[in-house]
Amino acid sequence: MNKTIFTIMKKELARFFRDRRMVFSTILLPGLMIFVMYTFMGTAFSSQTEEQENYRFRISVADLPQSIEKIAEAQNLELAVVEPSRADEVKKQVKDQEVDLFVLFPQNFDEETAAYQVSSGEEAPNVEIYYNNASMHSQGAYDTMIQLLDNYEGTLTNKFDYNQGEKEYDMATREEEVGSVFSSLLPMLLTIFLFSGCMAVAPESIAGEKERGTIATLLITPAGRGNIAMGKIAALSLIALLSGASSAIGTILSLPKILEVGESGMNAGIYQWADYLLLTVIVLSTVLLLVTLISIISAFAKTVKEAQSYVTPLMFVVLLIGVTAMFGEGAQKEWFYYLIPVYNSVQNMVALFSFEVSGLHIVLACVSNLLYTLLGVYCLTRMFNNEKVMFSK
Amino acid sequence: MKVMLEAKELCKSFRLSAREQKLQKTDQRIKTAVDHISFQAYEGEIFGLLGPNGAGKTTTLRMLATLIRPDSGDAILDGASVIKDAEQVRAKVGFLTSELKLEEFFTPNYLFGFFSELHQIPAQVQEERRKKLFDIFGISKFAETKVADLSTGMKQKVSLAVSLVHDPSIIIFDEPTNGLDVLTAKIVTDFLLRLKEEKHTVIVSTHIFSLIEKICDRVGIIIDGKIAACGALDAIRDGKSLEDRFFDIYLEKAGDINE
Ligand SMILES: Nc1ncnc2c1ncn2[C@@H]1O[C@H](COP(=O)(O)OP(=O)(O)OP(=O)(O)O)[C@@H](O)[C@H]1O
Ligand SMILES: [Mg+2]
Repeated sequence: MNKTIFTIMKKELARFFRDRRMVFSTILLPGLMIFVMYTFMGTAFSSQTEEQENYRFRISVADLPQSIEKIAEAQNLELAVVEPSRADEVKKQVKDQEVDLFVLFPQNFDEETAAYQVSSGEEAPNVEIYYNNASMHSQGAYDTMIQLLDNYEGTLTNKFDYNQGEKEYDMATREEEVGSVFSSLLPMLLTIFLFSGCMAVAPESIAGEKERGTIATLLITPAGRGNIAMGKIAALSLIALLSGASSAIGTILSLPKILEVGESGMNAGIYQWADYLLLTVIVLSTVLLLVTLISIISAFAKTVKEAQSYVTPLMFVVLLIGVTAMFGEGAQKEWFYYLIPVYNSVQNMVALFSFEVSGLHIVLACVSNLLYTLLGVYCLTRMFNNEKVMFSK
Repeated sequence: MKVMLEAKELCKSFRLSAREQKLQKTDQRIKTAVDHISFQAYEGEIFGLLGPNGAGKTTTLRMLATLIRPDSGDAILDGASVIKDAEQVRAKVGFLTSELKLEEFFTPNYLFGFFSELHQIPAQVQEERRKKLFDIFGISKFAETKVADLSTGMKQKVSLAVSLVHDPSIIIFDEPTNGLDVLTAKIVTDFLLRLKEEKHTVIVSTHIFSLIEKICDRVGIIIDGKIAACGALDAIRDGKSLEDRFFDIYLEKAGDINE
């Protein structure tokens, strides 16, 4: 490697790693914060669902037919029987959220349903269910009751069944299930983490040096400006990568906690080391590109603050591209999508996490990202050579 | 005598922003900072650029140090052109101005090493120079203190040492004694004289007459972006004090001082 690139790189890394506060806030803190936050969210989430599961609905019923009473008993659903004459009073209780649900059956429900013929064209017996949409428990009780009645109606005219018995009908493997969750979440999160990693270091190193007047000291040395640009980009990418990795590790460690609802054993162990290697390659080419882009934008700015505000639009674009991973059916199949910067990495990550990885797509993305990076380095070099950009006051 | 530095018809103008126009009370959009400046400096001499505020001294020196490009004209430093061989010029020249800052986070020791590496100085030579320069400026005592924690004078000394890591044949120094106390200023001027003895070429810019009289062999008086007079110090002085001569020349070239 060219000696100047290496010297510049070493200095940038020394600047970063000798500064304990910077290491803490850029590398340790993001991962730690994400882990604590997600774990906390996961715990709060699961304790809430637990509370809901243990809740006993307060359901009042008038004219409870025997058929329904039996089913309710079998389902361990408590029904408080009230006189139909008290209907108005109970409705008010539902309104005041003192009772979750009030079900008013027609008198002689069982006889009427037995006698009713669909083909007669007459109105069917009608069950009135009063609920309160403002209460979560009332909604839950309503859904439970509707399901119970639907099931009962099904048994009355039982012509066919489906998925009876204990057989496994969902053909998705455990891996695919986890993969689909990971592939919708992780590409977006990783993209955001990488971007914020780049944001944490690039403006400081480019606009910061302009702001403090240290870039001029560098520019009067015989160090080639292209070498300065490359050295900086290499070092900044490395730091951004570490920062992104810290956030990613925090996420992966806390993901089982947050997704625990109903599923256990959710973890990243389903991927092979080859998958992680490919992920590293994708991420590396993305970071190089992002650092270069942010560096170029920062070179226009006079201060770090200004650089950060110039970069904000780019941040929104990258964010939007990351969000696209959550929609759509798997990764794009056409090759040309993999030439679009940032989008190509997001799509490759989607493919990777859902076990559909394509070598061609990864190569296309990495090569095009490298080309964009080289183009960017060229631009940055031009900017280092431009006194109007470097010494703007 | 060998010509080490030759400025040939250097020109530089700046586009003024609306705010700058207001500040400088002008409605011209273009400010000509340096207007066809030519001069020569010889090996082993100290050449002084003397001029009032805003005359174009710093702009001239920045062009010589390849920090900015001349609009027209050229300068040849030890055979290298600032236009065509900027990188060679940078390897031959040591430039010092308050505009060039050191990264405050690092120590003098680290910075000396860093800039030596950028100049591709062999490790052993680095150590010899480090010792010599740190001794001259008394940097050794605070060589491991972060630049941020140093006083203005100490920072100035470190900047000086760092700008000389490559033992440049030409040293360009903008306002060498600005902001220094008399003791530090003396260390700096003594050092400039020592450089001269060692056959280096030194270019300084200043508005301080006594400094010019103390150290310069030849002087160029620069007024309003033009060289108003240039020659050996004694020839310029012409029997008077430099200060008196300066006012004569100034009145002749620029008219009323209060204009
Ligand atoms: N980047 C710039 N943009 C606009 N005008 C500039 C710029 N640099 C210098 N000038 C103008 O050029 C003129 C010469 O400036 P210069 O700094 O060379 O003067 P100087 O002789 O060094 O003065 P001083 O003794 O005050 O340092 C001034 O009028 C200044 O305002
Ligand atoms: Mg000046």
